[in-house]
Order: sequence, then C-alpha cells, then structure tokens
Amino acid sequence: MSEIKFEEALKKLEKIVSDLESGKFPLEESLKKYEEGVRLVSSCSKILETAQKKVEVLAKKEGAFELKAFDEEELEEK
Amino acid sequence: MRIENKGLKEEKRIYSVSELTDDIKVLLENTFPEVWVEGEISNFSQSQSGHIYFSLKDPKSTLRCVFFRGVNQGLKFSLKDGLQCLAGGRINVYAPSGQYQLNIQRLEPKGAGALQLAFEQLKEKLAQEGLFEPAHKKPLPLLPLRVGVVTSPTGAAIRDILNILKRRAPFVKIILNPVKVQGIGAAEEIAQAIKEFNQYKEVDVLIVGRGGGSLEDLWAFNEEIVARAIYNSRIPVISAVGHEIDWTIADFTADLRAPTPSAAAELVARQKDDLVSELGHVFSRMSSSINNKIKTLHKELFRFQDAYVLKYPLNFIQLSLQRIDELSHRLNQKAGHILETAQHRWTHLTGKLEALSPLNVLSRGYSISFKLPEMKVVTDMAEINISDKIQTRLKNGSLVSQVINKITPSD
Repeated sequence: MSEIKFEEALKKLEKIVSDLESGKFPLEESLKKYEEGVRLVSSCSKILETAQKKVEVLAKKEGAFELKAFDEEELEEK
Repeated sequence: MRIENKGLKEEKRIYSVSELTDDIKVLLENTFPEVWVEGEISNFSQSQSGHIYFSLKDPKSTLRCVFFRGVNQGLKFSLKDGLQCLAGGRINVYAPSGQYQLNIQRLEPKGAGALQLAFEQLKEKLAQEGLFEPAHKKPLPLLPLRVGVVTSPTGAAIRDILNILKRRAPFVKIILNPVKVQGIGAAEEIAQAIKEFNQYKEVDVLIVGRGGGSLEDLWAFNEEIVARAIYNSRIPVISAVGHEIDWTIADFTADLRAPTPSAAAELVARQKDDLVSELGHVFSRMSSSINNKIKTLHKELFRFQDAYVLKYPLNFIQLSLQRIDELSHRLNQKAGHILETAQHRWTHLTGKLEALSPLNVLSRGYSISFKLPEMKVVTDMAEINISDKIQTRLKNGSLVSQVINKITPSD
C-alpha cells in the first residue's frame, strides 16, 4: 500500500462511492466495487494507524545520500 | 613672480601648492576624524574594482563621498540616486585634485533600518521577477507521509515540529537535513539543504524554517539564495520562520507560509483526524448504497414471482433449447468456411516457401561451399588460401576437398 499514494486511494474510493450511488451497475459488479472499496478503506486506515516512525537525518556520503538516526535525547536536554 | 608692492614682501609666506594642500589636509582631517552627515545620494557610480563614489547633497551644498570596497561589501541594501542616507566617516583631502571628500565607514538609510531597506529592495526585485506568483505555487499533498525538515538540529523549531507530528501524525516519516540558521554561511547551507532534498527526492513536502529571533537572527531567510532555492524546489515547500508577525522573503516565495514551525507541523498533520472521519463516511456511504441495491433487487424478485417464465419454466426452457440448436447450426456453417480459407492460405504459403529454399537451388545443380573447420560459407576468393579444406554441399550429400589452385577472372 505504501507505494500507492494515499491520495490515489482516496480518489479511487470517491469513484467507487459515486458508482455505487448511481445504482447503474449490476449486483455482481457492485459487489466487486464494494469489496475493493472496503479493501482501500482498510489499507488507508492502516497507514493512518502506523506506529511512530524514527526521525532520521539526511547525510551525503561520497555523492550518495544515506539516512542516519537522529539523536533526539540530545534535543530534549536543550 | 615677484611681489613689489609696499615692502611687505618679507612678511608674506609663500606656499607651494603641495605645502598648502598638506596644511589644509592636516587641518581638515584632524578637525573631522569622525563625522555623521545626512543627505541625499546623487551622481552614484561604482567602479570595476568595487569602490563606490557619490555625492551627498542637500538643497544648498554637495559633499563628495568615497565608499571603498573593503568597507562597502558588508552593505545589505543597494544604493541609488535619491536615497536619503546617514553617512559616518572621516574627511579626507585628496591632494592630486585638491578636493576634500568624506571617506565613508558606515552608511545607513534614513528612516527604515538598513536591513529593513534591504528587505524591501529584494522583495521588490523578486516580485518583479515573478518569484511570488500564486500560479507558481505547488499544492501540498493531501497526506504527506514523508516530511523533509530544513532547520537547526538543536533549535526550538525541530523540537516543536517533532512534538506535534509525533502526537498527531505518528505515521509521518521525518527526515531532517540539519543546517545553521543564522550567522555567516547560514543562507548558503539552507539553500544547499533544499537542493539536496530535491536530489534525494524521497520526501513529499519540505518544512524550511527556524524559531523566533531578531530581524538579524532571521536574516538568512531574507537572502536571495534561499528564496531562489525555494522557488526552484520541485518538492512543495512550507516556510516556517519565527513568529506569526515575522514575514520573510522565504515566506513570500514558499508554496505555503506557516506562521510558526509548530503551525507548519499542524498543517502537515492536520488531516489525520479529518481523514479518519472521511474514511468512515466513505465506508458508510458504500455500505448503504450496496444495501439499497440488494433491497431493490429483492423487490424486483418478488415482482417476478408472478411472471410468465416463472410460472411455466418448462416452456421457457424449450424455447431456449430451440434457439441453441439454431445458433449451433449457424456456427458450424461459419466454421467450415473459415477452415477452408485457412487451408487455401496454407497451401499457398508452403509453395512460396519451397521456391525460396536453398535446397531447391541445390537440386538444380548449384552447390554451396563452407570453409573448414569453422563451416563458414565461402562467398569471396579472399577468404580461401591454397591448401585450405572446404566442404561442398550438393543436393544429396557433401564433398570435402582441399584447394590446390585459385583462379580469378583477371589471372
């Protein structure tokens, strides 16, 4: 899910809801859309509930970038 | 020249020009070693070497001024004719042209402070260039999952940003590019950090800023190099400098201005609660429409209970079988035709293929030779030397021979 942008997922959901609300689709297709919608809602919720991420520092090393842990304890003391 | 009159000759002291100039120089320079003069700049010019020359004038008088490069380099604002200034320095006499001038050590605009003026000048310049155009501003992503922060690693700004994001949007990944936010080189570091994030690419939005301070402390965010780095960033930039009341050039250039670093974090995190409720809303809308659909179908089902087909199902099935028979007959006819066409086409193609086959050519008495041992087809005399072995392919077998002579048409 992380590769799929949250925004894209929301857009898809919007489409699904308006499709479903239009009532134009046969039952089977509607159920399929509903299933996809439920899946998208749950993966979006999952993103929002992700546990706290570590803060990192961007460092340049020999022309390439790397991420290092940021020492937050040092910050708290200040 | 002799002065003959009245016998006063002995009492007169005759100076050389240099002597007199030297006396004036000593007199003037000792009398005005440090003065402040107020006036309007005119005849402004700057030499190639960086020295600045102009006159300060008021309605009655004019004072020549020189502002040497070593001193004028620290000047934040730019000078031009008409600017009202307060100039501090010492009076110099320039002997070669017999002129006195003010050698400026400090220069301030009258009224607003030097920094304020520099701010206004840069703001006007960049506005004219279009750096603040709303059309250039990029929208923020709805839910940034990776936030890049350009600020001091030990300042109040990063602490505030972390506090808020951790509490309100723990799912956001925060990447800090630590920089100096005040003092010499700060502006360059900030601009460089923004560029680095753009090379790194893996963030959705940038927060660039620092906590509160004096105008001098915030100055790096009023430098042109920072404004341009923000303007050129492909990643949307939220500026977050100082307090609510502090407006910097960076704020005007950024895609979005947050009044404080905390507010910037709120802008990024803001949507979590909204999104959770929006998702809930979407879910209930989906569910109620699918429920409605099912209810409607149920109703229709009841309606059909009385329909003809349901009352006489056998009749319906017979009609269907008849239709299937008819269709399969038509299908057979069609299929036969397709097969025939395909067979015709196959015969035609194989005939063509045979005509092109090298085997066919061999059967007419031609042969093909390969050089041994690599079995390379021989097409050129130059490829073969006397006593090379060759294999020759005929219609019904191959011969291996050794070359004993080469004959070319010119021999």
